[in-house]
Amino acid sequence: MGAFRSIFTSLFMLIFVSVALAQDVGVLVDKLALGNFTERGAAISALVSSGSPSVVTVLQALEDGRLYARKSDHKVFIATPSGDIFKLADPLSNSDSGQAPKTDIEKIKVNNSLREMISNAMSSLTLFSKDAKVRKDAALAILKSGDASALPALEKAIAAENDTAVADIMRIAAAAATLKSDRPEEAKKTAIATLAQQTDRDTASLLTAYAASVSDPLRSQALAAAEKIEVALSTWTAVQNIWFGFSLASVLLLAAIGLAITFGVMGVINMAHGEMVMLGAYTTYVVEQLFQIYVPDASDYAIVAAIPSAFFISALIGMAIERSVIRFLYGRPLETLLATWGVSLILQQAVRSIFGPTNKSVTTPSWMSGSIDFSNGLSFTLNRIAILIFALAIFAALILLIRYTSLGLQMRSVTQNRPMANAMGIRSSRVDALTFGLGSGIAGLAGVALSQIDNVSPNLGQSYIIDSFLVVVFGGVGNLWGTLAGALTLGVANKFLEPFAGAVLAKIFILVAVILFIQKKPRGLFALKGRWVDA
Amino acid sequence: MTNRRGFLKSTVAFAALAGAALVPQYAFAEGETIKVGILHSLSGTMAISETTLKDVMLMLIEQQNAKGGLLGKKLEGVVVDPASNWPLFAEKARGLISGDKCAAVFGCWTSVSRKSVLPVFEELNSLLFYPVQYEGEESSKNVFYTGAAPNQQAIPAVDYLMNEGVKRWVLAGTDYVYPRTTNKILEAYLTLKGVAKEDIMINYTPFGHSDWQTIVSDVKKFGSAGKKTAVVSTINGDANVPFYKELGNQGVKATDIPVVAFSVGEEELAGLDTKPLVGHLAAWNYFMSIDTPSNAAFIKDWHAFTKKDARTTNDPMEAHYIGFNMWVAAVTKAGTTDSDAVQDAIIGVSVPNLTGGYAAMLPNHHITKPVFIGEIQADGQIDVVWQTTGLVAGDEWSDFLPGSKDLISDWRKPLHCGNFNVVTAKCGGAS
Repeated sequence: MGAFRSIFTSLFMLIFVSVALAQDVGVLVDKLALGNFTERGAAISALVSSGSPSVVTVLQALEDGRLYARKSDHKVFIATPSGDIFKLADPLSNSDSGQAPKTDIEKIKVNNSLREMISNAMSSLTLFSKDAKVRKDAALAILKSGDASALPALEKAIAAENDTAVADIMRIAAAAATLKSDRPEEAKKTAIATLAQQTDRDTASLLTAYAASVSDPLRSQALAAAEKIEVALSTWTAVQNIWFGFSLASVLLLAAIGLAITFGVMGVINMAHGEMVMLGAYTTYVVEQLFQIYVPDASDYAIVAAIPSAFFISALIGMAIERSVIRFLYGRPLETLLATWGVSLILQQAVRSIFGPTNKSVTTPSWMSGSIDFSNGLSFTLNRIAILIFALAIFAALILLIRYTSLGLQMRSVTQNRPMANAMGIRSSRVDALTFGLGSGIAGLAGVALSQIDNVSPNLGQSYIIDSFLVVVFGGVGNLWGTLAGALTLGVANKFLEPFAGAVLAKIFILVAVILFIQKKPRGLFALKGRWVDA
Repeated sequence: MTNRRGFLKSTVAFAALAGAALVPQYAFAEGETIKVGILHSLSGTMAISETTLKDVMLMLIEQQNAKGGLLGKKLEGVVVDPASNWPLFAEKARGLISGDKCAAVFGCWTSVSRKSVLPVFEELNSLLFYPVQYEGEESSKNVFYTGAAPNQQAIPAVDYLMNEGVKRWVLAGTDYVYPRTTNKILEAYLTLKGVAKEDIMINYTPFGHSDWQTIVSDVKKFGSAGKKTAVVSTINGDANVPFYKELGNQGVKATDIPVVAFSVGEEELAGLDTKPLVGHLAAWNYFMSIDTPSNAAFIKDWHAFTKKDARTTNDPMEAHYIGFNMWVAAVTKAGTTDSDAVQDAIIGVSVPNLTGGYAAMLPNHHITKPVFIGEIQADGQIDVVWQTTGLVAGDEWSDFLPGSKDLISDWRKPLHCGNFNVVTAKCGGAS
C-alpha cells in the first residue's frame, strides 16, 4: 500500500513539473537563505518536492558554494567572483541580475548532512539523465546511501533503462533502498539475497548497519550475508597489501635510483640528493603555474611537460655542484658528506626565500586522480599506478643507457679503473660531471612523481634522503638491480608489517633488520665482486 | 691540497654568509625602546608554520609604534632563528632575556620547544606568550598560553560529531607528546560518554609520514562496521598533505567518514588541492572566513604589511594578536614592564578578539575563547558550521585524566600555585 502511494506521489509530481510556476519555486529558493542548517534542510526538501526541473541547477550551485544571499533583502543568487565584486545571476532563469561587492552578499553554507541530503536528492533527479554515466553515478550514490525515498524513482528508471550494466547497478541500488523502505519482509529477503552477491565494503557496511536495526530472521540473514562478503574481502587483503608494498617500493626506487648512480656508481656521499628531488618537485609546480597562465586548457598535461624540465634543471644544478664543490673532494668521503650537506641547506633556504616557506599546491591531473575499483574490494589508486609505471620506465631506461650507450660505457670504465680510462683517451672529469648530472636529473624526475603524493615544500628532500641511502646500501652499492631488489624488499616488508605493528614500529623493525643484514652481508643483497668496489 | 682546503673554507664561509643574510637581524641600537623577543623558527622543518608568526609579530609591533608605542617608548622587535632545533630554542631564549633584555618573548610552536625554554623563563623570571593549541597538563608562572587547551578544541569537536550521530572513532596522530596526551584525554572522555572500546581505534605514525595507503584503507575498513565513523586527527605538519591526498584518492568523502583535524588550518590547506576534501572538518578558535569588522581590518592590514593579497591568516596568528594586546594592556596598567608587576596586572585583562568577542586572561594563565567547527571548502577556506554559544575557559589540568583531575592552577596571591591539589590541599611544588 505504502509502495503504491509513493509511486502515485511521484507520478503526481511528474505531472505537475510542467505546470509548477517559476514564481513559487523562486519563493522556495529564497527560503534557503534563512535560518539554521535544520531549517535549510527543510527548505531543500520543499524545493526537491516542488519537482521543478531547474532545481538541479540550484542544488548543484548550493553544493558547490556558489549560491549567495543578498544581505539587504535575503534574495538568493548564483554569484561568480570577478575581482573584488561578484556577478549575480538568477538561480532559476540564470539571467543576469547585476553585481554586488563581497560585503553585501553572504554565502549560503551547507554542512555534511545537508551535502548528503543534496546528493541523495540529486541522484533521484538525475536517474533519468540522457548521459549513461550520470545515471550510473546516481544509482551508485543510492546504493551507498540506501535512501528509501529514491525507490519509486529507481524502479521507474530500471524499467526505462536500456543499458544492461547500468540496469544491474540500479537493481542492486534498489535492493539497498528496499532494506530501509516499508516494503514487506519477503521483498527485503530478496533484497538481502541480491546484496549478498556483491563483494564490496560498502555493501557489507550497509548490511551490518541494517542487521543492527531489525530482528530475526532478517537480522541473521543480513549478518550472514555481511559475513560472506567479509570473508570474500579478506582473501584479497593480501593482494591489496602486495600492491601497497609495490607502490611504496616504486616511490623508494624513484628516490633511490638517482642516488644509486651518484653514490652507488660514483661513490659520492651526496647529502644534497634529496634537494635535487625537491627542485624537481618545484619545477613541476612552476611548469604547472605557467600552463595555467598561458595554456589553461592543457593544464592536465603540465606534468608531462614537467618531466623533461625537471630532469634538465636538476641535472644542470647537479653538474654545477659537481664542478664547483664535489670534484675537489673525490676520495674524501667525510668532507664530501659535510660539503654536500652544506649545499643541501643552502638549496633549501634558497627555495624557502624564493617560494616562501609554505607548501605549494600541485594539482593532480584528472587522468591521474581517483582509483580503479574491482568488484572484489580491491582498489588501485591511479596516481600510484602512474608512479609505478614511471619508476619502472626510468629504471629500464637507465639500465639501457648504462649498458648500450657510449656514455654508459665511459661511466663504467671510469668507475672501474680511472687511470686506465684516462689512458684510453676518456676525459674522466667530463664523464664525472655527466654522471653526476644524470643522477641528479633522475632525482629531479623523482620530484615530479613525489609532487603528486607528498608536500611540495623546502623540506621535501629531507624526508627521503635516509630511505634512499637505506635502499642503496641494502641493495648493494654499485648495482642498479640491487637497488630495484632493495626497494621492493623494503617496500613490501614495510607494508606487511604495518597492519600488525603500526607505522612507527614497522619502520623500526625494518631499520633493525637492515642493520643486522648489513652485519652479515656488508656489501648488501647484490654484492659486486672485484677490486673496483672500494676504489 | 691547500687549494682544496681553501676551497672548503670558502664554501663554509659562503654558507655562513648566506645563512646570516637570510635571517633578519635587527639593529641593537640603544635608546628609549622596549624590546620584544620573537622566538620562531625561520629555517628547518617548522619554518613552514612559524615564519608567518614572526611576520605577524613585526606587524603588531609596527602598529603599536604607530599608535605611539608603549609607556611613551618605542617598541623594538628582536628576531632570532632557533632553526627548528629544540635545544637551540633554550639558548636563543636565554640570549633574548639576558643578552637583549627583552621585556617579553612571543614564540615557540611545538610543545617540545616550549618544554625546552620553560626552565629558562622560570630561572630568569621572564614572560613567554605561547600562541599554539597544545595538550594542556602545564601551568607556569612565566608562560601565558594564548592557544587552545584541549577543552577549547578537542572536546567540543568530539561533542559536535557525537551530535551528528558519530558512534565509532579513529584517533589518528603523529607519535609525540601533543597527540598522545590529547588522545588519552579523548579516549577517557569517549569512554565516559559510553563509547565501547572496540569502537575506538588509535593509530600513531612517525613525523613526516608520507605513505598513508595502508592506514587510509584500515580506516575505511574500520568505518564499514555499519556505524557512523569519524577520524579525529592530531596528525602534525607536513604529514597532513599526503594523508589528505590519499583520502581524496581512495575516495573517502566527508559524507562517509568525516575527518576533524586540530592542526590543519588555512595555511596548511594552501598546499593542497581541496576539491576532493570538501566537508572535512577543522576545529579552531578562529577562521579567516569569519565575517566581523575587526577580522576584515586585520586581514587588510596583514595583506598591506606582507604586500601579498593571497596570504592567509590563521588561528595562532589571532592568538598572538590577543597575547600582544593583553601584554600591552597589562604593561599600561602596571606602568612598568617589570616581569612580576606584569604577571600580577595581566590576570583579568580582557581584550577584543577577532571573532567579535572578548578574550580574558584567567588566573591559570590560559584565556577564554569561542570554539568554532568549520568545514573545508573547495577554495581552501574553512566555513564555520557550528560554534559554542559562549566563551570556553581554558582548562590546564584535564578533568578526564586520573593524574590531573584534582589539580587546579591559580597564579593570584595568596594561592600562587600552578598545580594545587584540591583533595590534599597542597601545592605540587612545580612553581
